[in-house]
Amino acid sequence: MSGAGAISVEALHMTMRFGDFTALDDVSIDIPAGSFHALLGENGAGKSTLVKCIMGFYRATSGELMVNSSQVKMTDPRVAQQLGLGMVYQHFTLVPSLTAAENLVISRADAPAVINWRAEHRRLTEFMAQMPFKVPLDQPVSRLAAGEKQKLEILKQLYLGNRFLILDEPTSVLTPAEADEVLGHVRGLTEAGQITVLMISHKFREVTAFADAVTILRRGRRVGGGKVGEISVEEMSETMMGKAPETSERRRAATRQHPVLALKALRAKDRSGLKSIEIENITLKSGEILGVAGISGNGQMELMEILTGQRHVSAGEITVKGDAFRATRAEARRHKIRYLPEEPLHNACAPRMSVAENLAFRIFDADKGGRPSFWQDRRAMAKNASDLIETFKVKTSSPAARIASLSGGNVQRAVLGRELTGDVDVLIVSNPCFGLDFAAVNSVRDRIMAARNKGTAVLLISEDLDEIMELADRIIVMSEGRVSFETPIAAANIVEIGQHMAGHG
Amino acid sequence: MAASDHIVGRGPNAGARVFSGLMPRAEAVAIPLGALLAGFLAFSLFLLFLGKSPAEFYGLVWKAGFSSAFSWQNTLSRVAPLIMAALCVALPARLGLVVIGGEGAIVLGGLAAGVTGTHVAGPLGMVLMALSAMVLGGLWIGAIGALRIKRGVNETISSLLMAYIAIALFNHFVEGPFRDPGSLNKPSTAPLDAALRVGEMPFIAAHWGVAAGVIACVLCWILIDRTTLGFAARIAGDNIRAAQVQGLPVGPLVIGFTALGGAWAGLAGFFEVAAVHGSANASLIAGYGYTGILIAFLARHNPLAILPVAVLMAGFEASSGLIQRRMDLPDATILVFEGMVFIIILLSEALYGRLRIFSPGYWESR
Ligand SMILES: Nc1ncnc2c1ncn2[C@@H]1O[C@H](COP(=O)(O)OP(=O)(O)OP(=O)(O)O)[C@@H](O)[C@H]1O
Ligand SMILES: [Mg+2]
Repeated sequence: MSGAGAISVEALHMTMRFGDFTALDDVSIDIPAGSFHALLGENGAGKSTLVKCIMGFYRATSGELMVNSSQVKMTDPRVAQQLGLGMVYQHFTLVPSLTAAENLVISRADAPAVINWRAEHRRLTEFMAQMPFKVPLDQPVSRLAAGEKQKLEILKQLYLGNRFLILDEPTSVLTPAEADEVLGHVRGLTEAGQITVLMISHKFREVTAFADAVTILRRGRRVGGGKVGEISVEEMSETMMGKAPETSERRRAATRQHPVLALKALRAKDRSGLKSIEIENITLKSGEILGVAGISGNGQMELMEILTGQRHVSAGEITVKGDAFRATRAEARRHKIRYLPEEPLHNACAPRMSVAENLAFRIFDADKGGRPSFWQDRRAMAKNASDLIETFKVKTSSPAARIASLSGGNVQRAVLGRELTGDVDVLIVSNPCFGLDFAAVNSVRDRIMAARNKGTAVLLISEDLDEIMELADRIIVMSEGRVSFETPIAAANIVEIGQHMAGHG
Repeated sequence: MAASDHIVGRGPNAGARVFSGLMPRAEAVAIPLGALLAGFLAFSLFLLFLGKSPAEFYGLVWKAGFSSAFSWQNTLSRVAPLIMAALCVALPARLGLVVIGGEGAIVLGGLAAGVTGTHVAGPLGMVLMALSAMVLGGLWIGAIGALRIKRGVNETISSLLMAYIAIALFNHFVEGPFRDPGSLNKPSTAPLDAALRVGEMPFIAAHWGVAAGVIACVLCWILIDRTTLGFAARIAGDNIRAAQVQGLPVGPLVIGFTALGGAWAGLAGFFEVAAVHGSANASLIAGYGYTGILIAFLARHNPLAILPVAVLMAGFEASSGLIQRRMDLPDATILVFEGMVFIIILLSEALYGRLRIFSPGYWESR
């Protein structure tokens, strides 16, 4: 562990090439000790690549790195750890079945083979006493709310003795209130001179509220930056996109609404297998967006799994246009049902297959007339891939590249493109805008609204209440595996919805 | 935003672009080849440690496995079961299942062929023998896939345990109900009628099983690489959740691919009985199923790559006897060698996607 006090980091002329594709082009960034620096850029701009070079996950093609003003060779993530550099990811890296205390202790590089838990607990209690915020130490992590998990991830970095923290989209799984709380504490630590922070974010609100300075990347180059307060949000977004942002107005057209998808008296086990999901009645109509609000972990993920046929249903029935629905490929095709699960790389892609192959998942087994085909049609697959890459602006070094090499936002675009092409009668989406830059967020929401206006029935499961308030015609709240509240948008009241989400109906 | 300039390589010429398209495939050849060479090297060190000459060892492998028509005959006689055993690993592996119990399907296939052979006659009889071997092998390994899908039983462990059960069953039947009373010191099923024996191919000193193995590999390659079924299987093998969300029939795919793998292993048993031993007896339990695991991993579960790798490994196995005699090394030496290569192959899995020269586009910037 390195000594106390924040660390400064400076990257000079960083260039990173993947083949002939330049992901970072001569980028310099200076982060003085104790500052809170934000890194902005559209999807695929090179933000993650830059921080991976700083952390030693990638070896930069050229460029220098200075830590506390002395040059270092960042050859390996372990070097970063020894120097006191740590990273918090968008998604949790904690072991859910272990307690917070156990997670902290095993994360240490020098964790002994036999752990003296009593001594460790004493040390942990002392450590926690010095921390500005607390997390219950003896609860399994799976019981913690998302905000607490993220706090624990940050505590873990401090416990490991890291004094320079990189946060890669740390708030995407948090509610706005949780995000403010976590970032407020982080801000406090930087002001106290204990840590330096580099945060990747797509949310201007957070950047202006918490950061001191920003650096903006665009297509691998540093295109701007400065002190927060001296640079306006409009300037930031313009620099990011290379043009003034289009303010799109989503208009809600009048649609003909008739019931399409119905869930009746459904019973299923939840993830933990201990609690149950009990949905009495959800009816989704054509030409409407039904927003499913709720704090993560209240059955939304299970609902998605039930609808995609991944979770066993012990009672009840699902019908689509009056027919029983078991989520087979043939049924989904006949009824034109499409799914956009959250975290598409993990739930909707084959990471080791190419971008082109991943884009073919919908079409590979049918010929042009929609009849099942036995032979793969390579030419149709290649054409489909280049069309989708073009229309949905997927940035990839080549259609033959593995989809796992794409930036997070570009994976999302690729999957969106695949699922939103053609006629869609029912669209079931879960957190479609996680990790997308604001232009992409806008275009995704436009597409969802456009689909609704054309008569698609949309079930929008989202942890982002703003998103639901903006898009939905009707809102239901899920809490403890049940639908606890329903309201049309016209009568929706954020405070009331928030109370139902928190389980105080 | 011009997405197109990210897609199309700005390479200097078309040749470079073609080359760049080939590089990701080259990765799948270069890494296992490198691992194999590293395995040779590691085994050489092991020999030096024992005070033996690596040069003599590899010289003898060459001599006994590949140098003359006679040694080729020796090698090719082992190729057929190795190819089919490797398919029994490679097909389930494409769906993400590690099945290591092909040996069980081989011996049961041999048993089925031997028993059927005592009741049938003529060319049709031979077909029936082969079919019964494939069906029993397919059921056996297919059951492992079904257990995995329906009950969540780990296929690696169940296939290994079921291989022991298969061998016990085989011994029971060969020594009991189906024993030919004439087989005195080596319990066997009744010897096959000459008309039911599989013969040698013209021009090549090998039985027809080798041709069947080649055809099996080509068919499996077509299945995986050219049909929509194979494409669906690859999706399911890479990410089962994505396959489920797409509504693909994951269960039937897993059961179908494991059963097909088992059918090939069963066919290996048929050829061992009908072309080599003439009846089902304990000689069938020769460990082909285990060498098949190594071959499949070396070939990265690509059916076409299985062919050359199987020939190479057959050569090593064919030289076992000579090495034992000339170098005064135990019979298990070849197993040590195979084990070393296998460990290095497993370690080399970590290299995929890490070596820059194989990324698409790298060569276009040259
Ligand atoms: N290992 C890799 N191989 C090839 N290309 C890569 C690799 N990693 C990243 N890239 C490419 O580099 C570009 C920058 O990716 P990066 O992940 O840094 O983007 P990002 O700014 O973090 O975007 P997002 O907001 O979507 O997370 C992308 O176009 C991506 O396809
Ligand atoms: Mg990123």
